[in-house]
Amino acid sequence: MAKYKMQLTPEQEAILNGAEGEVKAKIMETLVMFGDMFGATKLVPVTHGQGHLVTSFGIGLLKPLFSTMDKLIAGGMKAEGGFSVDPRPLDYANVKCNALERLVFDKILYSKQAMYEEQLKKVGLTGGSKFTCACYLDEVGNQPKAGDVLSWAESSAVVYANSVLGARCNRNSGMIDLFGSIIGYVPYFGLVTDEGRKATWKVYVKTTKKPEAQILGSAVGMKVMEDVPYVYGLDKFIGDELNDENKAYLKDFGAATASNGAVGLYHIDNLTPEAKAQGEKLLAENCREYVIDDAELERVYKSYPVMWKKKDKKADLCFIGCPHLTYAQLYDWTDKIAAGLKASGRKKVAVRTVLTTAPDVAEKFKKTAGYEKLKATGAKLSSICPLMYTNNPLTKMHRIMTSSNKLRTYSAARYYKDEEILAMITGKEGR
Amino acid sequence: MKQFKGRVLAGGSWKGEAVVSRQGVNTLATFQKSALKNAKQVYASDQNNPDIFEKNITGKALCLPITIGSTTGGLVIQTVCAMKINPAAFLFSEHIDPLAASGIVLARIWEDSPVIAVDMLGEEFLNTVKTGDTVEIAEDGTVTVC
Repeated sequence: MAKYKMQLTPEQEAILNGAEGEVKAKIMETLVMFGDMFGATKLVPVTHGQGHLVTSFGIGLLKPLFSTMDKLIAGGMKAEGGFSVDPRPLDYANVKCNALERLVFDKILYSKQAMYEEQLKKVGLTGGSKFTCACYLDEVGNQPKAGDVLSWAESSAVVYANSVLGARCNRNSGMIDLFGSIIGYVPYFGLVTDEGRKATWKVYVKTTKKPEAQILGSAVGMKVMEDVPYVYGLDKFIGDELNDENKAYLKDFGAATASNGAVGLYHIDNLTPEAKAQGEKLLAENCREYVIDDAELERVYKSYPVMWKKKDKKADLCFIGCPHLTYAQLYDWTDKIAAGLKASGRKKVAVRTVLTTAPDVAEKFKKTAGYEKLKATGAKLSSICPLMYTNNPLTKMHRIMTSSNKLRTYSAARYYKDEEILAMITGKEGR
Repeated sequence: MKQFKGRVLAGGSWKGEAVVSRQGVNTLATFQKSALKNAKQVYASDQNNPDIFEKNITGKALCLPITIGSTTGGLVIQTVCAMKINPAAFLFSEHIDPLAASGIVLARIWEDSPVIAVDMLGEEFLNTVKTGDTVEIAEDGTVTVC
């Protein structure tokens, strides 16, 4: 390879020079060249062996992905710690498609899905139930501990792992995630370093009530972009304990910061692990400041473009759960939908509604009375990736609404607040 | 004629036409439509980027601040390079972002692509260069806007 700048150990150098085969040498060369672009001084060991991959979809256009996977398999490469991967793009049983959509999905867009899943198994996919963006949930079990170094992609998972779990991971692209998991090292730069984890923004939450996580995250993401924010004032509303409710709140907040901006790490004063341990020592010099009050949140909310062709019509499909819902969130939505229907005198949801969660969470939920309650409302439970489902030219045939700011950002779906979504799907309020 | 000195990420010398985006380029949204159609040329398909929307960017010097959007971005750059419908050069005014960096590295190492990448050309570069201008890239990262 060309001259490189970072310091390698003799073992790493040997791999680079082909001691463990040509394919492994190319993987090492990729990581070294990538790290050099960011001034990485060395490669550091991945200490949480289980990876997480962003590319779960056999989208036909990504031909080099499949040929690179073939080369990895032929070279005997495998992520020894295994990995989880983002959700599947299709679930015909629970997210119905018309004949044209099925044709486009099966023959054009996701024509390589089955073949690609076979490739994933050969290089280390942990199991068929590990298709979720929320791999860190208890039920799924891909949970790094504080200080662990990861080789993950999927922006919402990376920001959660960094911020809520205190692990260390850069915002990687597809394939770089897998390469780090195979080789067992990642370049030492950015969010893997102490310096890179310092906040360069002070964000002050000065709202009169607990802010909607998805809008607060959106506001922060759009303001700080790829920088690290330190958020004051949120503990006033959600306390200082990382309980299940707060973790779910931070999951949704973080996903919005990462998709509406490019945030890979945030600190919440008195709440997230590094903020609790180090407090304002996490602040870099000359931090910029951003104040978020009720008016600012409303300004951000009103700024979202509506991409529907017929903007005054009702939605015909609703997705709740991007990122995938936690078990508690699934229960909470089920109870709220059932109660809302009862109050409005309806038996079934007024808008076709799909709640999405990890396969392992869905299995747990299906063993409870909550599942029968949800089924009775007419809402569907799926482990699909709403983002991949909507990533097709036929999406514009639907008027999709969502409470996910990430889904809004990457599709033509219209964003509504949780309470608005609930009112519309239970028939309390028509839109 | 004005010269700018950047950092060489993937070297090469080249002379040709510039296409300029003053906002971050959403890689997936820009390349997806042409790649899906197996087209011979990429006509940028991101409706949210009026600077380059529907412009042919194949074989041009794409001048931009950074790339944005989905973490599939790196794979998309690798893909269009494998299909040989990529911009001949990516000229970044800012420090390259991880997603674009992944794409350039994957393209060079796994596809033997001659794609050129230079970053840190500075804000003035993007303020100077216009779509349709001729740019000349030297091996040492010097970019001349003719």
